[in-house]
Amino acid sequence: MHSPSPSRTSGATGQPAPAPIVQARSLSLVYPTADNRPVTALSEVDLTIARGDFVSLIGPSGCGKTTLLRVIADLEQPTGGSITVEGLTPEQARLKRLYGYVFQAPALYPWRTVERNVMLPLEIMGIPRAERQARAREELQRVGLSGFERKFPWQLSGGMQQRASIARALALKPDLLLMDEPFGALDEITRDHLNLHLTQLWRSTGKTCVFVTHSIAEAVFLSTRIVVMSPRPGRILDVIDCDLPRERTLDIRESPEFAAIAHRVRDGLKEGHSYDD
Amino acid sequence: MTTEAGTTEAGTTKPGRWASGRLADAVPVLVTTLVVLVLWYAGAAWLNLPQAEEALARSGKPFGGLDLLLQTYSMKRPILPTPDQVVVELWGSLTGYPLTSPRNLLFHAAVTAQAALTGLAMGVALGTLLAVGIVYTRTLDASLLPWVIASQTVPILAIAPMIVVILGNLGFTGLLPKAVICMYLCFFPITVGMVKGLRSADPLWLDLMRTYSAGGLRAFWSLRLPASLPFLFASLKVSVAISVTGAIVGELPTGGQAGLGARLLSGSYYGQTVQIWAALVMAALLSVLLIAVLRVVERLVLGRGGVQ
Amino acid sequence: MSRETTTNTHTTSLRTAVDWGLVAVALPTLAALTQPIGARGGETLGWFGGSLAPLFLIGAVLTVLAGRTAPTRIKGAWTELSGIVLAWLLPLHLLDEGVDLSAGAGVWLFLVAAILQLWRVLGALSARPGWTRSVLVPGLFGLGLLIAWEILVRGFQVPAILLPAPSRIAGALVQHAPVLWDDFRQTVLISVLRGYLMGCGAGFAVAILADRVPFLARGLLPLGNLASAIPVVGIAPIMVMWFGFDWQSKAAVIVVMTFFPMLVNTLAGLSSAERIQLDLMRSYAAGYGRTLVKLRLPNALPFLFNGLKINSTLALIGAIVAEFFGTPVVGMGFRISTEVARMNLDVVWASITVAALTGSGLYGGLALLERATTAWHPSMRRR
Repeated sequence: MHSPSPSRTSGATGQPAPAPIVQARSLSLVYPTADNRPVTALSEVDLTIARGDFVSLIGPSGCGKTTLLRVIADLEQPTGGSITVEGLTPEQARLKRLYGYVFQAPALYPWRTVERNVMLPLEIMGIPRAERQARAREELQRVGLSGFERKFPWQLSGGMQQRASIARALALKPDLLLMDEPFGALDEITRDHLNLHLTQLWRSTGKTCVFVTHSIAEAVFLSTRIVVMSPRPGRILDVIDCDLPRERTLDIRESPEFAAIAHRVRDGLKEGHSYDD
Repeated sequence: MTTEAGTTEAGTTKPGRWASGRLADAVPVLVTTLVVLVLWYAGAAWLNLPQAEEALARSGKPFGGLDLLLQTYSMKRPILPTPDQVVVELWGSLTGYPLTSPRNLLFHAAVTAQAALTGLAMGVALGTLLAVGIVYTRTLDASLLPWVIASQTVPILAIAPMIVVILGNLGFTGLLPKAVICMYLCFFPITVGMVKGLRSADPLWLDLMRTYSAGGLRAFWSLRLPASLPFLFASLKVSVAISVTGAIVGELPTGGQAGLGARLLSGSYYGQTVQIWAALVMAALLSVLLIAVLRVVERLVLGRGGVQ
Repeated sequence: MSRETTTNTHTTSLRTAVDWGLVAVALPTLAALTQPIGARGGETLGWFGGSLAPLFLIGAVLTVLAGRTAPTRIKGAWTELSGIVLAWLLPLHLLDEGVDLSAGAGVWLFLVAAILQLWRVLGALSARPGWTRSVLVPGLFGLGLLIAWEILVRGFQVPAILLPAPSRIAGALVQHAPVLWDDFRQTVLISVLRGYLMGCGAGFAVAILADRVPFLARGLLPLGNLASAIPVVGIAPIMVMWFGFDWQSKAAVIVVMTFFPMLVNTLAGLSSAERIQLDLMRSYAAGYGRTLVKLRLPNALPFLFNGLKINSTLALIGAIVAEFFGTPVVGMGFRISTEVARMNLDVVWASITVAALTGSGLYGGLALLERATTAWHPSMRRR
C-alpha cells in the first residue's frame, strides 16, 4: 500500500511546512449491505493536501475519488480513520462554510437568475443584500460572465452554466475549492477552454483546489499533484508530483515534460488494473 | 449522480431491501389505518352521545357510563355509524338477499358498474378518436385541444341531472344518460393521455419507419399505437375511478330506483346513515376492484406485447 | 421538437390538398345554388327570390377570390375569414327575416362550404406559432361551435326544453341576473372559497408535516391513492346531515375532496428536488427550514399548482353536488335541481353557464398565476 509522506511537497521547496489544509489518515468508508457483502468505497487512505496546491484525484469508475471528495465536504461520513479540514472536522468546516463545492452538473436553480444563483450561498450566510450583489457581480466577472447576470440558467450554454456554478462556489470566498468532474459533461473544446480559465483562476486567487477527473490530460494540465486511485477497494495507488511551471498554456501539452508525467499517471492506472485482473 | 460506490451498493442490496421493504411499508399503513379506526370509534361515541343519552333516558332504566358508550355504538340511525355496523349492514345485504333483490347492494353495484363501464367504453372511443385527430392534424391540435381542457373546468357533475332530464325527454332513460355523463368525464384523461402516448414514439423509430418507406397507417399500427398503450392504461385507471363517480352522481336525480347513487339518495331521505355508509363503502370497493382488474389486464397486455 | 419531425408527412399532404380543399368548398356552394334557401309563409324561397341572400353569397365569393390573390397566406386567411363571417351571418339574417330554414337545403349546403372554408383558414392560421395559434385559433373554433349551435337550434326549431339557443341562454342570464348572482355568492364566494382554502391549506400543512415525519408520509400516501380511486363526493349527504344546510356542509365536502390531492401533490413536489441540489444546500450548511424555503418549495411549485388546479374543479363539483342534498333556498346546485324539476330549463342553462364560466375562470386564474410564478419551468418556456 502506497502511503505518500506528508512532507513530500513542502520538502521540495525546502521551506518549513505550513499547516496542511486537508489531512486524512488511514481513512476508510465501508457501505454496509443487506446481503453481508459490504462495499469498501475507501480503504486506508492517507492524503495530505497543502495550502495552494491543485490536487487531482484520478482513477476509473468506482475507485472512490468522488467519495473521498464528498468525505472532505462532509457529504459522506467515513467509517474509519481520521480526517481534518483546516484543522477542523469536516462537519465543523462545513458549518463554517470553509469550502466551495462544484458538482458534476451545474445544479443552478432554474427559478433564479444567474446572479441570484450566485447570491444564494451568501443569502444563506446572512450577508447583506448590497454586499451580496457586489460579490456576485465580482465573481461572475471573474469567470467571464459579465452581462449575463439577469439571464436564467436555461438561456446559457452548458459551459457557461458550469462557469456560473464555479462563480457560485467562489462567492463564499473559500480557501478550498472542491470540484467533482465539473467539466465531465462538456465537449472537448469547451473543456479545454474552461481548463485554461480554471488554471488562471487558481493562479490568480491562490486557492487550494481538489479536482476529481478521469481525464489524464486534464489532471496533468491542471495539477501540482496527482493522486492515482484504484477500485475494489477504493485506495490510493500513487501520488505524482506535477512540477510543470505554474503558469500554463494549452501548448504545454505538447511538451516532453507533460508527456512524461502523463506517462507516469497512465502507468499508475495500469498498475491498478493488473491488480484486479 | 451520487458516488460510484453508492450506486453499486444500491444495486447489490436490492433483493434484500425489497423483502424487508414490504414489511417496512406495511407498518405505517397499518398504524395509520388503526389511528383512523380509533378516531372513527371516538368520533362515533362523541357524535352519537346526545342521541344515545336520550334513548337510554327514554327507556327509564338507570344506566352507567359503559351502557352509554355501548348505546352510542348500537343506534339504529346514528349520526356516525361505527365501522362494524357498516360491515354488518354490508354483509347482511350481500348475503341476506338474492342478487336480483333491490335490497342487495351487489345489485346496485352492478347497475352502477354497468353504467360506468359503458360510459368508459364510450369515453375511450371518443377520447382515442379525438387524440388521433389531434395528433394527425395541426388544425385540430390548435383549435380543439384547448377546448378539451376547458371542457373539464366545467363542473360537469353539476350538469348531470340536466343531462339525465334532457335525454329523458328524448326518450332515453336508464343506462344511457348515466353512461353519457361517464363518457364526458372519461374522455378527457383518455384524450390527453393518448395525445401524449401517440406522440411518445421515439422520433428515431419514426425516421426508421420512413427509411423503410412505410406508410402513415403502418407507422400508426406498428409504432404509435403500441407506444401509446402504457399511457392508455395510466389514463384508464384515472378514468375508471371518475367514471364510477359519474355514474353515482348520475343516479342521484333519477329518484332512487337502482344504483349506488340512488341508495345514497334514499338513505339520505330517510336518515338511514348506516345504509349511506354501506353504499359508500360498496362504491369504494367497486372502484378499487375495477382498477385492480385494469392492473391485471395492463400487466397481461404490456407484459406480453413486450412494449416496455 | 419531435412533433416537427413526426408530422411532416401530414403537413405536406395538407398543403398539397389545399387546392382540392378549394374544390371541396366550391362544390357544395354550387350545389347550394340549385336548392331553395328556406320557406316563407309556406312558400319555398330561392336564392334570388327577393331576399338579401345574393349579397351575402357574392360577398363571400369575392372574399375567397381576394384571399387567393393575397400576397401572403396569412393575409389571405384574414380576408377569407371575413367571407366566412358573411356566410355564417346569412342564416342568422334569414332567421331574423322569419324564414323557415328547415326546408332550405341550400342554406345548409352553403354552411357546409363555410365550415370547410373555416377549417382551411384555421389550418393556415395554426401554422403561425404564438398568439395566433394559441389564442385566436381556439377562439375562432369555439365561436364557430357557438354559432353553429345557434343556427341549428333555431333553424330546425329545436324545442327549448331539449336545448335552447345560446342567445336564449344569454337572455336568461341577463333576465335572472340578480338570482344568479345570489346563487354565485352563496356557492362560490362562500362555500367554495372557504372549503377550498381550508382543504388545500390542510393538505399542504399535513404534507409539510408528513415530509418532516416520513412515517406519517408512508402511512398517508396509500390512503391518498385510495381516496383518489373512490367516489369521495358520495359523502355529500353525510356532511349535509352533520353540518346542516348552510355553507359549512359544503365546505366540509370540499375539504374532504381537496385534502388528498393537495397532500399527494405537495409531497410529490417536495420530493422532486434533485440529490445534487440538496447536497449543494448541505455544503452551505443550510438547515431544514432554509432548504425548504430556498430549494424545495420553489421546486415544488409546478406540483402545487397542479394540485390547486385539480382542486378548483373538484371544489366546485363538491359544492354543487352537496347542494343537491340540501341547502338554504339559494345556491347554484339548489337552482339547478329545483328548476329542472320545474322544467324551467332556461334558468338551469344560465346556471350551468355561470358554473362553467366560474370553473374556467378559477382554472384560468390559477394557470395565469402559475405562468407568472413558474415561468422558469421547462413546461412553460416552449413558446
